[in-house]
Amino acid sequence: MPVDKVTQVAQTKPLHGEIPVYAQYTFGIAGEKFFRELKDNGRLMGVKCPECNLIYVPPRIYCERCFSELTEWLEIPNRGVVHTFTVSHIDLDGNRLKEPVIVALVKFDGVYGGLVHRLGRVEADKVSIGMPVEMVLKSKTKRVGSILDIDYFKPV
Amino acid sequence: MTEKIKVWPGTPLSDKDLAAKKVLLTEWHPNLKYAWDTGMGYGRYFAELKKGRIVGTKCNKCRRVLLPARVFCEWCFRTVDEWVYLKDTGIINTFSIAYTGSMAERLKEPVIPALVEIDGSGGVAIMHLISEVDPWKVKIGMKVKAVWKPEQKREGAITDIMYWKPI
Amino acid sequence: MRKVAVVGAGMTKFMRRAQETGKELAWQAARMALDSCELTLKDVDCVVMGTAPDAFDMIHMKAEYLSDGAGAWRKPYVRGFLGGGTGVFTADQAWYHVASGLFDVCLAVTEEKMSSCLPHPQGAFVTCWDQYTESPLGTSLLWFFAWEMNRYMTMHGITERDIAAVSVKNKKNALDHPCAQLAAEITVDDVMKSEIMAWPVKRLDVSPTSDGAAALVFVSEDVAKRITDKPVWVEGVGWCLDTMYIGQRDLYYPKYVEYAARMAYDMAGIKEPRKEIHIAEPYDPFDYKELHHMEGLLLCDKGEAPRLLADGVTQRTGNLPVCPSGGLLGVGNAIAASGMIKVAELFWQLRGEAGKRQVPGKPQRGVAQAWGDEMQVGTVIVLGV
Repeated sequence: MPVDKVTQVAQTKPLHGEIPVYAQYTFGIAGEKFFRELKDNGRLMGVKCPECNLIYVPPRIYCERCFSELTEWLEIPNRGVVHTFTVSHIDLDGNRLKEPVIVALVKFDGVYGGLVHRLGRVEADKVSIGMPVEMVLKSKTKRVGSILDIDYFKPV
Repeated sequence: MTEKIKVWPGTPLSDKDLAAKKVLLTEWHPNLKYAWDTGMGYGRYFAELKKGRIVGTKCNKCRRVLLPARVFCEWCFRTVDEWVYLKDTGIINTFSIAYTGSMAERLKEPVIPALVEIDGSGGVAIMHLISEVDPWKVKIGMKVKAVWKPEQKREGAITDIMYWKPI
Repeated sequence: MRKVAVVGAGMTKFMRRAQETGKELAWQAARMALDSCELTLKDVDCVVMGTAPDAFDMIHMKAEYLSDGAGAWRKPYVRGFLGGGTGVFTADQAWYHVASGLFDVCLAVTEEKMSSCLPHPQGAFVTCWDQYTESPLGTSLLWFFAWEMNRYMTMHGITERDIAAVSVKNKKNALDHPCAQLAAEITVDDVMKSEIMAWPVKRLDVSPTSDGAAALVFVSEDVAKRITDKPVWVEGVGWCLDTMYIGQRDLYYPKYVEYAARMAYDMAGIKEPRKEIHIAEPYDPFDYKELHHMEGLLLCDKGEAPRLLADGVTQRTGNLPVCPSGGLLGVGNAIAASGMIKVAELFWQLRGEAGKRQVPGKPQRGVAQAWGDEMQVGTVIVLGV
């Protein structure tokens, strides 16, 4: 049988495939409480570490700095400020969006952490770092226990 | 220390708990698709399968046949020396009678996945399926031969061999 | 290299599905491990994390996601990932962080949450196979285990019943483990009658999928002497990877486990493991694997492990207790964490703190081992007092 040398570049072609799984998450102990409050009572909750004097949003059951168990829950005012933001003109697959989406990191007074969310009822060129914003919830019947129960944050 | 601990952490949830909506759930359906380049060794390996031939490569230093074909020898860490055609017969190195599919789903009829030592390779096996035989009659050491797809249906893939049957 | 001791251990229950997130499980185990040796997070110099495929949680950079629960805030932090071999390797990794002299206190944390992965964690394993020459055939990871078990049985003339007795022993041992998921009193007949998954593997030959976490605290000799009068010393570590090509291995014997064991035994100065090892926790995701791995760990001749089992040698009260914890078959298989609970079991056993699971005769030295990657890595640790 004929035998070639390896110097010949092989005919290559791609093979196609995927990972055929999806994920179903519980929210965890802290997450369950946080998202229940958001869904049922429209309240934004944080949790305090008295040892380190920090308030975590989103809440956790432990302090990442001292490893204490955290049990002191408290309501967080639904007003924060834009810590930083971006105006996205493309979607996850790189397609052009008809309307750009403004995505911001919103921080709250005295809170360690913050929430990533969309900004609404504002033109992209009017947004600025430091701008005060307020949480806008979906109507109670539409809330399912998700970060999207918050519709967006709007300028105050 | 294990005796001192009375309550071990962890909150188990049963299927019933989920059905009763005891906790909130959220889902994530990623859209991940890949196109994997076959590269040089496998590229030729698949091109040859399309022609109905099994090709390996040979390292003249350790004198091993490498199968599936690849372009470097991982023992000697050097480029291989030649392509070698192998027979489409072999013996069953080991096998299973599988009632579960790739997603852990139950199969009505079992499949017989096996490792087949290819004749002339010095005992190197490839993974494939056995058929045309009562699964419970399959034995390690059984001689088998490849059953190929008709030429016009081959696409240059490992599935161009449909399965192996005992001879 | 410096002497290294294990001084603390912690773990969560092993569960089919935990309400806790992975971070929360990691914190529960890590916090328990620190509490058990009366250290705080401030005392920890570095953290190592073991967690297996990202695909289970579909969170890429999973170790980074888990980091706050593992206590890694603003600390040197690294992830080890050797598939099923991860849990014991994470302990090996913690050892070299301290043995090297770089750190005095290393917190080692392992976590796995498999319940998030639907329709079944098997789906995540589809891409463990070679995407060109293997997965197009419709592979299930079970095929691999079936092939190995079949070849092991055929080469040595071992029966399915011989092997089923491992599952009976381990599930029974797990009745005494407070965190066990699948502890049970079953018989060899129960195993034989259970549903065939991929012959010769049947439902009761297999460990479950689990959520859970485990953690250990590794410290230098000075720290150990200061904080405890019961240090458990790391005497040897070893790990070894065999070829990726399944067709180039002979599946009847885990050569790579032998190499990893030899590395660890050499370091520990062990010449005759059969006499010098008093207790063993080999990796047992399947019942045949305990036997396979006992042979790879040189605790008996090739093909001889079933006889030791039949003679009662590997029972908790036998001369060489094997998987006194209940193993993966009884406690559960939260992949990375399940390797580490084997090391934790040695720690508790060697300190005489294993409660109802305590093996008699004050064992002085034990070996724990895990197995994984593409089913061709062996990871080993030898602990002694």
